[in-house]
Amino acid sequence: MSIDVSQFLETFYEESFEGLDTMESELLGLDVGAADSETINTIFRAAHSIKGGSGTFGLNAVADYTHLMETLLDEMRDGRRQVTEEAVNILLSSVDVLREMLTALRANSELEVDRISEAQQQLEALLGTAGADSAAEVESGQNNKDSAERGWRISFKPHLRLFKTGNDPARIFRELQALGDLTVQMDASDLPEYSYLDPEESYLQWELELKGDIKREALDDVFAWVEDDCVINITPLEPEESEQGSAEEADKTEVAAVAVKTVERRVGERRQENRRKGDRRGSANNESTSIRVGINKVDAVINLVGELVITQSMLSTLGKDFNMKKINKLLEGLDQLELNTRELQEQVMRMRMMPISFAFQRFPRLVHDLSQKMGKKIELKMSGEQTELDKTVIEKIGDPLVHLVRNSLDHGIESPQQRKEAGKPETGILSLHAYHQGGNIVIEVADDGAGLNAEKILAKAIQQGIVQEDVQLEEEQIYELIMLPGFSTAEKVSDVSGRGVGMDVVVRNIQSLGGSLEVTSEAGKGSKFIIRLPLTLAILDGQTVAVGDEDYIVPLISIIESIQVTGDMFHTVAGKGETFRLRDEHLPIIRLHEIFGGNPNTTELTEGLLVVVEGEGRKVGLFVDDLKGQQQVVIKSLEANYKKVDGISGATILGDGSVALILDIPGLIRLSNQHATDDKFKKIA
Amino acid sequence: MTASNAAESIVQGTDEKNPAGTESGGSQYLTFVLSGETYGVDILRVQEIKGWTPVTRIPNTPDYMQGVLNLRGTIVPIVDMRMRFNLERIEYTPITVIIVLSIKSESGDRVIGLVVDSVSDVINVESENIKPTPDFGDGLNTEFINGLATGGERMVMLLDVDKLLSVDEIQVLSDASEETEQNADKPDD
Repeated sequence: MSIDVSQFLETFYEESFEGLDTMESELLGLDVGAADSETINTIFRAAHSIKGGSGTFGLNAVADYTHLMETLLDEMRDGRRQVTEEAVNILLSSVDVLREMLTALRANSELEVDRISEAQQQLEALLGTAGADSAAEVESGQNNKDSAERGWRISFKPHLRLFKTGNDPARIFRELQALGDLTVQMDASDLPEYSYLDPEESYLQWELELKGDIKREALDDVFAWVEDDCVINITPLEPEESEQGSAEEADKTEVAAVAVKTVERRVGERRQENRRKGDRRGSANNESTSIRVGINKVDAVINLVGELVITQSMLSTLGKDFNMKKINKLLEGLDQLELNTRELQEQVMRMRMMPISFAFQRFPRLVHDLSQKMGKKIELKMSGEQTELDKTVIEKIGDPLVHLVRNSLDHGIESPQQRKEAGKPETGILSLHAYHQGGNIVIEVADDGAGLNAEKILAKAIQQGIVQEDVQLEEEQIYELIMLPGFSTAEKVSDVSGRGVGMDVVVRNIQSLGGSLEVTSEAGKGSKFIIRLPLTLAILDGQTVAVGDEDYIVPLISIIESIQVTGDMFHTVAGKGETFRLRDEHLPIIRLHEIFGGNPNTTELTEGLLVVVEGEGRKVGLFVDDLKGQQQVVIKSLEANYKKVDGISGATILGDGSVALILDIPGLIRLSNQHATDDKFKKIA
Repeated sequence: MTASNAAESIVQGTDEKNPAGTESGGSQYLTFVLSGETYGVDILRVQEIKGWTPVTRIPNTPDYMQGVLNLRGTIVPIVDMRMRFNLERIEYTPITVIIVLSIKSESGDRVIGLVVDSVSDVINVESENIKPTPDFGDGLNTEFINGLATGGERMVMLLDVDKLLSVDEIQVLSDASEETEQNADKPDD
């Protein structure tokens, strides 16, 4: 019994959070009134495994709480209770409370005792109003159940698998004996014939009578380990004279016994318990550091490694006895090796991939809650949930997505009345759609609401001084205005959205993932936000550029085009540096050798190349000596052993083993502005 | 125990004047030479010693930061110790070596490489033989020197490797943390 269970604690938390997500999504799919028993079963199973796990790890507050939920679900499953809107809502908030409890326990921080006990009381109240015939009876049953003066009658019928869980009835009986005067009656009627007997299974059941003034909790402690592996019924021993008279009542209590088992523990006591747990304070911030990978992905990698080993042994045999006649075989082997390596790389990258449903799964709940709150009718449609994305991207895309969905709910979709007037169905449709396109993952958040009001946005932008009055803007350019900091057209600020902090942050978050955001909209028909993300953060498509004898990698996604300028294309704007004309735009020029130093082959703009890049919505021309090849590069962190360097997002190792730095275009633009300001100061000084 | 025995035999070979000193639990230092001066680093921090290979320059970093190197897939920053100590710079030769060290910082263990003129030997220094660094006044930064060890006729300056990257860069780091704070505002709208 000396297994250290704490090593499994992290797994428990992960599984529990998954379980909670399942419960939440299934609860939302539950039809009030006509519940599907399979759905309830799924919810019940999730609750049950959380209860079991938390019991094992001694997280009693969680175990007790889950037990209440389980009891409620059990009644629903057996048809003893109707699935009501109220019950579903309480269960949903219970899921939230559990999630909070687990998060707090995981971080070793304080539990919100009041909130938990409030939610617990809600659950208890709900349980108290049904199941047993009347609440009063349960109450009276409770009182004498806390400690029955005369003792307890216990019927104990273990499941067949009891021994396999490492439990021994004899040990339980010994513990009971220590509590009071124990009479044991064995019922061996289920015992099969000798030839069918499996010695590893338990066929016996027992009727126990334990006499003495014993607390119910003491009994629960004894049976705590076998609770899930047996049918157990604990009733207080009635005084002998009234035994027959109260037989009927005893029946009732028996029904309620399971339901009430945990309810009967006094709330105050539990509070203390929680407080004790809360005392284990600490600020350890546990982010998810492990990953669950499907066995098929691991198998695929193992297969490929097998092939790699074969290729390797083929090559080494070839190498031992090599002559020029075998050159073709060598080349063939090297091709094979390249193929194996590439496939292996792809498969290993896939291990980090998770379906985007992990980011989507919170939306049914969000839409459910918000639409109720705002009095709108909204149907959520999701597709492409199986599209796989890098784990890090999934974790970071959650917040921006929530923001977009809230915006669509609040500003996009109109109230049922407005929709009716506009001749649209009352129920608005919000759709989340994910798919692959080229080397990107595209996520679309679309609604069929009123669409963006271009006139209003423009008017607001002019009012806020963001845009000059006489500027002519394309519709698309107007939509892009909403991504500027501090911009909001909402007439009233709600707690859902409208304060104008937001879209710019969304854009920034998406860009920090190497992605982009695009808006399309049609008045009266709805708007669509399109997020494009790279498949993974670990590999990017890069363009190698040369400055003197140094190479830098420019992420291909930020390159618009590369041009060779002629003398009449560029101008010097006094004090503001150089610009060049690209069709009808004037773009600033950043000389990479000025920002980063180095010895360029040329400083003449006409002799080098301008790479037109875009970062955070700004376009600039990056002046370099020459373009070299394009290749996929594996991003390595500079911060791991050194620190963040402005204008550099990381490093990579080139084919010849040397290191090349990857440019961070937005950072580079900021750095160049700083550079220009510094220069100006220098000139003034 | 076998490991320390083996280490002792090395020390006895290199430092025969004081063979008994190894018994009393001193520390071992790898010594290297920089413009005629001898420095020592705790040998337990030394990962490997390799010859000089060209590095990739990192822009906008102090002069002594030579650049980064690919060390079996890890990007390792390389510090020129002569420039770090404001000594005269010399051309790198075939005996110029990089000592790869693991250092401890607030954000975990890091690997850095030091470019030195040449590596000499491993010495054993007893703690009573380590003298505090004299104060040279403002002109000389002695913060990353732990103490002076005297053994026989030579004097060895013992480096506090954990401070090699951090001194001078505290300012830079606090700038960076300000930036992180600015970026921390999440969409709460």
